[in-house]
Amino acid sequence: MSGSPRAWRSTLLSVGSAALIFVVVWKLIVVIANYPPFILPAPEVVAQRFVSAWADGTIAPHALATIQEIVIGFVFGAGLAVVVGYLLARSPLAERLLSPYLVAAQATPILALAPLLVLWLGTGLAPKVVICALIVFFPVAVSTMVGIRSVDRRLLELGRSMRATRWQVFRFLELPAAMPQILGGMRVGATLAVIGAIVGEWAGADKGLGVLINLARGSLFDFPLMYATLLTIALIAIVLYLIVVLAERVLVGSWR
Amino acid sequence: MTEDAQLVAISVENVSKSFNVEHRTLPVLDDVSFAVPEHGISAVLGPNGSGKSTLLRLISGLLEPDSGRILIDDQPVSDADQRVGLVFQEPRLLPWRTALDNVAFPLELAGVGAAERRARARSLLELVGVAGFADARPHQLSGGMRQRVAIARALARDPQILLLDEPFSALDALTRERFNGELLDLWQRTGTTILLVTHSLAEAVFIADEVVVLSKSPGRVVARVPAPLGRPRTQQMLESQAFARTASVLRAYLAGTPAELAAEEARAAPVRDVLETAGAPAFFDPFRGAS
Repeated sequence: MSGSPRAWRSTLLSVGSAALIFVVVWKLIVVIANYPPFILPAPEVVAQRFVSAWADGTIAPHALATIQEIVIGFVFGAGLAVVVGYLLARSPLAERLLSPYLVAAQATPILALAPLLVLWLGTGLAPKVVICALIVFFPVAVSTMVGIRSVDRRLLELGRSMRATRWQVFRFLELPAAMPQILGGMRVGATLAVIGAIVGEWAGADKGLGVLINLARGSLFDFPLMYATLLTIALIAIVLYLIVVLAERVLVGSWR
Repeated sequence: MTEDAQLVAISVENVSKSFNVEHRTLPVLDDVSFAVPEHGISAVLGPNGSGKSTLLRLISGLLEPDSGRILIDDQPVSDADQRVGLVFQEPRLLPWRTALDNVAFPLELAGVGAAERRARARSLLELVGVAGFADARPHQLSGGMRQRVAIARALARDPQILLLDEPFSALDALTRERFNGELLDLWQRTGTTILLVTHSLAEAVFIADEVVVLSKSPGRVVARVPAPLGRPRTQQMLESQAFARTASVLRAYLAGTPAELAAEEARAAPVRDVLETAGAPAFFDPFRGAS
């Protein structure tokens, strides 16, 4: 995947043909099994509903709410994770004190935590942001820790020979050297954040794509809308993932 | 500072250093003393494990000696002394930075403004002959070019002393020979005092005014041998008898065979300062075929 027009065309071609195959198989399943729409609507029905629901403003406000939760949660979760990951890597005491709680928090099902957080923080933005941040935190913290630990000791000695301050060592040596690993953790985190937001909304909210799924399925019986919402969620996840990949390309693409 | 031409730039006085490895004390350097005159160029020659790299880290202030002291211009060395520019065995360039920004890095750490440090870095790249690759990343450069960039970086803060830790050991013989010549050029143009650590006899004799020979672990100074070659050094001197004799004296010291040594020195004496090209004796000919 380089930047040349030919490479772009071949990328588009392969992505496009994979999408085409997906849609064709979907359509075949619907036709052959003759499913009713509430089990599996045909792709063109979903596509139609997707377009109309976006056009008449059914999806947009919910999508906006969800994106807001994801972005704020991701920024807080990933930001804190880089700081804690650094501490884990550089301070054995911090590792001993923190790692049991980190593992425990990661092992606790987010589905069980979500209702509690809604109970504590209300049905607004806060609990979703916290859930997103929680779910993003672990992969980013662990990858930061691994990345910082694997920084070439010889580069650190170089920094010392130039009398770099602790902050300069972090800013100019450790952070850029660990950037590939940190961004790898963020790739995982970006997709998990989407799940976090939806789970948070299910636990109690009046806006968001998770709410819209429940509405479409449980009260409107608008199954094509439910699938159009799922499609929206998937697209949001893909875009977020691509943003992280793009950041990777910009930040480390030129030297790796 | 001006009345005496033999002002001492680096003075290593009775320095010992040992490391603790798994509850055992491992002596690395034992009572090492020598001096490098201002604007001089000396080589430390020793086998692997003679503590050469440790010695450079002590002089640059990255390590502290257990006993003895090290002075630069009569002032004790302080932690990571900025009067010293250090060139490591590997280039140690930051892979995410361009050649130019690598050279500018120490200036950036010191708080020099962007325009000034880039201008300085550019002129240093010119000095070491890689001006055309200012915007290249390390992985786009050859091994030799990377080491040039590393030398430029070591010169960035205008150090009084340049310490080089086997800087050309990863290069092929031909390139290495050329780099030695260029290092001498650089030395003549900058006037920096240079101390080079090496395990190559030929490199030591060709570059240095004086070769400090270290023994195997723990490193002790076995001898301080002057290299009786004039300046500027030329590739022809590699073929001279003086060069060959000095090299064989060094070899004898390294091998630790004093009897042989005495004989070598006796034979070496008459040809001191003789620089004619007499053809290299068969027993020592590191550059045949390379020049």
